[in-house]
Amino acid sequence: MKETIVEIDHISYRYEREQVLEDIHLSIPKGAYLAIVGPNGSGKSTLIKLLLSLLKPQQGRILLFGEEIEKFKDWQKVGYVSQKANSFNSGFPATVYEVVASGLTKKLGLFRFLKKEDKQKIMEAVASVDMLPFLNRNIGELSGGQQQRIFIARALVSNPELLILDEPTVGVDAKNVKNFYDMLENLNKKWGITLLLVTHDISAISDKVTHVACLNKHLHFHGESKEYELFKNDEMSFVYGHDIHLLTHDHDHHHGGTNQ
Amino acid sequence: MIAGLLEYEFLQNAFLTGLLIGLVAPLIGVFIVVRRLSLIADALSHVTLAGIAASLFLAKKWSLFAGLNPLYLGMAFSVMGSLFIEKLRSVYKHYQELAIPIILSGGIGLGVIFISLADGFNTDLFSYLFGSVSAVSRIDLIIIFIISFLVILLIFLLYKELFLLSFDEEHAKASGIAAKSVHFIFILMVALVIAASMRIVGILLVSSLMTLPVAASIRIAKGFKQTIFYSILFGELSVLGGLMISYYLDLAPGGTIVMIAVAILIVTIMFKKWNIVRAKSN
Repeated sequence: MKETIVEIDHISYRYEREQVLEDIHLSIPKGAYLAIVGPNGSGKSTLIKLLLSLLKPQQGRILLFGEEIEKFKDWQKVGYVSQKANSFNSGFPATVYEVVASGLTKKLGLFRFLKKEDKQKIMEAVASVDMLPFLNRNIGELSGGQQQRIFIARALVSNPELLILDEPTVGVDAKNVKNFYDMLENLNKKWGITLLLVTHDISAISDKVTHVACLNKHLHFHGESKEYELFKNDEMSFVYGHDIHLLTHDHDHHHGGTNQ
Repeated sequence: MIAGLLEYEFLQNAFLTGLLIGLVAPLIGVFIVVRRLSLIADALSHVTLAGIAASLFLAKKWSLFAGLNPLYLGMAFSVMGSLFIEKLRSVYKHYQELAIPIILSGGIGLGVIFISLADGFNTDLFSYLFGSVSAVSRIDLIIIFIISFLVILLIFLLYKELFLLSFDEEHAKASGIAAKSVHFIFILMVALVIAASMRIVGILLVSSLMTLPVAASIRIAKGFKQTIFYSILFGELSVLGGLMISYYLDLAPGGTIVMIAVAILIVTIMFKKWNIVRAKSN
């Protein structure tokens, strides 16, 4: 049996007034490419914050690499790419090289400096997202899609085994979204990195993912993507509250309105 | 001025203090500016004023405190103010900028009370408000040297943590580094540098030395290390140029230093525009 990288065991979470997650159970095997989809406000971000230990679970427990999250120390094994718009100041005066190097901060530890082999790693990470020609550019000069590649490189530089991506294509133009997903697939297949992709955009889950879960307070489905195809219509209409066909390309205009 | 430097101790003190401040204020200023905390420097400088005023008041009322360097209480207030700001920022999570006017007005209010208790303005207080080169003592110089040394050492050792925290706070926390402790050390450094810089440029102008050179540097620098380099370069140019010009023309040094920093900022803005125009015409 494959090693389990993430085990979410009956997690519930509520903010003051609102229950956002209820009895979530989920396990991610090594090498999986899991997409968690759900509408805005479905608790996706809360789930990610719990996984990154930015929030503490109120009920249930989380195991990362077989270890209780409270005791987990090997954070360099977990790469994280956030929604670009969220946390980063695009006028920040840092080069691509400096941004990617910052991904080694935890791995190096306090009072340690970059060594020659670390510099090599930085170059490799930048190369793996096809951004080497931009190495000495300021991050703010790049397009949204290019910036997001750099953030992936930053996550990759510490050789993570699990990469968590929170709506990584927000702010990336449609043309580059496909390239972006091709690159993710490559990371999963060639490098064997376990991927957890969170998105509200159902059309983004192509045939590339291996597992799919739908979240809307409850986790409605969790399984291999092939089985998921059979479930899709019923399941999605349950999660989103109306007919899934509205969201696909061959949609039927009689229903009116779209989800996003 | 060279002859004067050799001859007068007060000029040596001023010159050396200026050199240190010209380095350390823009150095910490880079982190302040990119974290969008520029106004914190203003808030803390006004709290420092309260500390200075308290010290002058104590010295006036009780001879026991007469020998106390006002810088000590100024620093203590500045550090306490920084802790308050942190507390307020966590209380008002959704209105974090509120911490700044609260601390700023609190600092001025307290300062004004101490000033009135000490029977109003005197030349001492005036020199703290606007900076006074001739008032820098050997002891001031030594205190400022120790603070500068500490700050440079800490920034050197914590550089990658500070960079990550500045660039992407959420990511810093998610990556498992001790973001809270690093931020705490950072804020303490800011408080100390403000107290140290005030001797030369004065409380009202301290924040300018932390922000103007950085604002100019960001316009032209490639990358973060270069931003730090140019910030320090512009900081030193402003301080040394300002001290020299004010010496020869008998102007207020604090104001002269700041005006040179403003001039450098304008030049960098023009330079960038000129470059863009030139690139377009090519």
